[in-house]
Amino acid sequence: MIRSELIQKIADENPHLYQRDVEKIVNVIFEEIIEAMARGDRVELRGFGAFSVKKRDARTGRNPRTGEAVDVEEKHVPFFKTGKLLRDRLNGQA
Amino acid sequence: MSEKTLTRLDLSEAVFREVGLSRNDSAQLVESVLTHMSDALVDGEQVKISSFGTFSVRDKAARVGRNPKTGEEVPISPRRVLTFRPSHLMKDRVADGNRK
Repeated sequence: MIRSELIQKIADENPHLYQRDVEKIVNVIFEEIIEAMARGDRVELRGFGAFSVKKRDARTGRNPRTGEAVDVEEKHVPFFKTGKLLRDRLNGQA
Repeated sequence: MSEKTLTRLDLSEAVFREVGLSRNDSAQLVESVLTHMSDALVDGEQVKISSFGTFSVRDKAARVGRNPKTGEEVPISPRRVLTFRPSHLMKDRVADGNRK
């Protein structure tokens, strides 16, 4: 399923809404999650999962081609942990 | 870092601000989005949200695990796990936003 298919499903269920509003709604949800993580916040959606930010320490990496040592700065990466209900549903237990 | 935790409520508030729906309808729409995504994943489908990321379901084979405290061997049955791969855009925005 891709973004446009998700939008279509929501639009089909809500015939009273304009298609462009459904697009806005779906887009704002994902945008809000990215903005939260960009601020360093977590987004916890019970039953679905939680989005959080993990810190990766600075390290000395290596250019795999030349073997040359390079300094890699500390950075923050997005992380998703599946919620319990969804994990159970994936395994046919809910 | 501010370290706040957002919930469904914050997402419905964003929907409420974006389009002039009631708070109740906004909350229901957030729920529908999560339900459709979950249902597709449970059906084994990949959910690919451009400029956000990709959720995919992977099958894990059975293996013998070990209780790290007691050293006891325990069988781990085959299971399906969900993985999320953030888009480049998400990675960049998260990295930029949290840079000191």
